Amino acid sequence: MRGQGIWLRGISGLGMAFLYLPIIVLVVFSLNASRLSAAWQGFSWHWYGVLWQDEALLAAAANSLWIAALSTSLAVLLGLPAAMGLERLKGHGRQVVDMIFLLPLVLPEVMMGVALLLFFVVIHWPLSLATVVVGHAAFNLPIVVVMVRARLQKLDPRLEEAASDLGASAWQTFYRVTWPLVRPAVLGAALLAFTISLDDFIVTFFVAGPGATTLPLKVYSMIKSGLSPEINALSSVLVLSSMGLVGLSLIFQRR
Amino acid sequence: MADLSIDMRALVKCHGATLAVDHVSLQITRGEFFSLLGPSGAGKTSLLRMLAGFETPDAGDILIDGRSMAGVPPNRRPVNLVFQSYALFPHMTVAENVAFGLEMQRLPRGEIAKRVGATLDLVQLQDKRDRVPDRLSGGEQQRVALARALVNRPAVVLLDEPLAALDQQLRQQMQAELKTIQAQVGLTFVCVTHHQEEALALSDRLAVMQQGRVMQVGRPEDLYEHPENLFVARFVGVSNEVSGTLVDVQAGEGTLLPSDVSVSRGIRVSVPAGLQSGAQAVMTVRPERVRIAPGHVADAGLNCLHGVVETMQYIGSEWQGAVRIGPSVRWTIRASNAASGSRPVAIGAPVSLQWNASDGVVLPVI
Repeated sequence: MRGQGIWLRGISGLGMAFLYLPIIVLVVFSLNASRLSAAWQGFSWHWYGVLWQDEALLAAAANSLWIAALSTSLAVLLGLPAAMGLERLKGHGRQVVDMIFLLPLVLPEVMMGVALLLFFVVIHWPLSLATVVVGHAAFNLPIVVVMVRARLQKLDPRLEEAASDLGASAWQTFYRVTWPLVRPAVLGAALLAFTISLDDFIVTFFVAGPGATTLPLKVYSMIKSGLSPEINALSSVLVLSSMGLVGLSLIFQRR
Repeated sequence: MADLSIDMRALVKCHGATLAVDHVSLQITRGEFFSLLGPSGAGKTSLLRMLAGFETPDAGDILIDGRSMAGVPPNRRPVNLVFQSYALFPHMTVAENVAFGLEMQRLPRGEIAKRVGATLDLVQLQDKRDRVPDRLSGGEQQRVALARALVNRPAVVLLDEPLAALDQQLRQQMQAELKTIQAQVGLTFVCVTHHQEEALALSDRLAVMQQGRVMQVGRPEDLYEHPENLFVARFVGVSNEVSGTLVDVQAGEGTLLPSDVSVSRGIRVSVPAGLQSGAQAVMTVRPERVRIAPGHVADAGLNCLHGVVETMQYIGSEWQGAVRIGPSVRWTIRASNAASGSRPVAIGAPVSLQWNASDGVVLPVI
């Protein structure tokens, strides 16, 4: 048994290394003083300073944050009522609607990008920041629905009956009982949705209009002119902030 | 009737194809502790949920304080329900839970604080007022649930299996407490339970239900002493039975010729109106009304059956046993332990079971 434990630990250690070594290398080289990425020439924060001076990069960062904030809000505003409605559905209809909501989670993202692009073209909506917001909200909606429903399913349905029995209207029941109990799940889902929006490349690539360059699109365009320590620094910022946000999201879900 | 709290008129409720509540009409007086007693699936919970407004009757009407409840949603009814699972709000303290109903009524803060305090005193939870429900014991949670309903002074307090989640000892303690509190507040209580001892101990009156129908309504002693049918006789208390044919029925008296036990002469019984000579009937008698005499003896004044002791258990306050009196008939007997701890009769011993004709109740076969 003890030998087995060592083996299992070794294998999971290898898995972790496989996942995180490239990221560690990325972060280490972002702190390299050299202009050429390949050789280590001493520690420096220089490239992070360079990021702050790059106007185009800051504009892309602002775009990314706006898109993430707006698409997350949209996904929560639509997803919370949807999740509560789905919980109340009974019978076969529920499974069908369930499927419809969850499908985007497993759909290839490229297909989703193409579909959204086609949709915007058909309804004559010029590509812009707004189309990116709508596109991101589309893939974030199922995430919010799934996470909020997981929480709703754990709630005693008698709690809402008790509130109603004690004289609360439907709105008062939501505001005083249901919302305080699902709030941690909604915050967790929002943070996760925010992170996914911040990191998204494929859907953004298809539906971004001129001037709607986001950070991942910016990294991609910078790479065309070769790897640079600046890209390393920018990517490190993205990776670490994403990890932080997902960590926060997990904390909220535990509550 | 001015003092009528609840008037249920021919209530019907279907769940799919099954008739959960089948034309139930019940009148409950103001200030009464009324229980709905029955096995699971008897329709008592459906009835309670219709009173609370969570289910809508398919036919019939409910009047509370003379006002029809048709189309009145749960939050506008003058009733409060104590849920079986308590359904306390986990994110609120005890005091906040109790204050919830008063806040919904938009009472002034001072009034709310005063009433919450008084109600917490009543259920003896003043010292736990700032705890959250998860940090309370089962009995304490039960009291919070009760306080949360009582504080609103509703016309009717509904209780769904109020003591089911508690262990035996706590159950008996809470039973006494519940009765005391009800007497103090003077509100109408309607309690659903499948526990017959609990229903007898708590209720002023109760309705025994089966398969959506009310089998009998009455005071606990009416139901126990004068069951109107075999279902009630068997569900409320222990029923020792002999079935047979009625003969010589005259002026409310008659003789039962048993078909499942052999006796030298018939069993003398008092016969309710509606049963005539030749009718198939069952006589039932309570264990504590049956005297056990050793040996196969006869007594001119009493009914008597002969049998053999099969089991005899010592439970402290008394002996409980079973006596076989026929191939398919066994009676439960009780012998007081007033004299000593010694076994009143040995297992396998022949005994005579004797009882007064007036202690037997004759009922039609189901």
